Amino acid sequence: MSADRLKRIAIVPAYNEERNVGRVVDELHAFDPGLDVVVVSDGSWDGTAEVAAEHGAHVVRLPFNLGIGGAVQTGFQYAFQNGYELVVRCDGDGQHIPAELPKVLEPVLAGEADIAVGSRFAGGDGYRSSATRRIGIRLLALVVSAIAKQRVTDTTSGFQALNRKALGLFAADYPHDYPEVEGMVMLIKHRLRLREVPVSMREREHGSSSITALHSIYYMAKVLVALFVGLFRRSVVPTEGA
Amino acid sequence: MIVAAGTPLKVSLAATAASVVLVLVVFELIRSRRLRERYALLWLFTGVVLVVLSAWRGGLNTIAGWLGVRGYPPAVLFAVGLLFVIVVLLHYSTVISRLSDQNVVLAQRLALLETRLSETHVSEHEDRS
Repeated sequence: MSADRLKRIAIVPAYNEERNVGRVVDELHAFDPGLDVVVVSDGSWDGTAEVAAEHGAHVVRLPFNLGIGGAVQTGFQYAFQNGYELVVRCDGDGQHIPAELPKVLEPVLAGEADIAVGSRFAGGDGYRSSATRRIGIRLLALVVSAIAKQRVTDTTSGFQALNRKALGLFAADYPHDYPEVEGMVMLIKHRLRLREVPVSMREREHGSSSITALHSIYYMAKVLVALFVGLFRRSVVPTEGA
Repeated sequence: MIVAAGTPLKVSLAATAASVVLVLVVFELIRSRRLRERYALLWLFTGVVLVVLSAWRGGLNTIAGWLGVRGYPPAVLFAVGLLFVIVVLLHYSTVISRLSDQNVVLAQRLALLETRLSETHVSEHEDRS
């Protein structure tokens, strides 16, 4: 199935990314001129929203910083309300390469998955990170794989493609604290089909990632607690067959 | 055999006075609409229980006996007070969680409405030109 006939949009969450966001929008448009782009400015105080608008993106301005989960969910809500059938998520910091999009789109377009996640680790493409971080990533992957009963290697990837079914779920209910990890578990609880595909990603060019090596261990502990609690949490959207 | 000590009269009077002040302050806050009834109920309940336990020395001594507090029955007052403080704090945590969830929903709806409004304006201008 071709993507050309589907109403499709890229969601770009951005927090003070005026230096990166313009190029991200341009690259997305260059990759597919029929792809709409919505930039969610998460309470940015720099020119993120203006730059995004100049580059031809739809812009949603959150009045204050909600964090990545709240920002991405706002994008999902925009896409859902405006009737989009195919959604890709691409971070505003330039880490995700639009040229890699066909890889994450393919399983969703083929109807084999409701959501496809681009993994930095599945293909063995060398992605540099600190030792503590790598152990943390592996541990999280093990836990999520066990819950999902399928092999998952990258639980924190925000490079994703979704069909309308997954979009509807996330527009209604999306985890705010550790959205990628908890979102995966949520999908599985709702019996949506998840597929991981190997992609390569860029190192950040400007600014620093929100997770520093120092916070890795603390982050891990918090995510594991959130995951554990998430397993027992009542869901807002009724699960199928429940 | 260890004989249970009673509650000294002075302790009882001071505790009663403090508890009564607490109840009066809570009542005044509700009356002047600075505290909503739904959040005040726990405080009122706390205050009333403390007043009763402070003033009714025989009761406090009996309860201390049940709980195995032999040496100093007013310790039960501390325990009850602490228990209520924990319950009130936990209650406030749930209130704050709910408020922040609602705040997120409001921010999202506001942002989406603003976008829809500005995009409708743009398309109206385009239609006219």
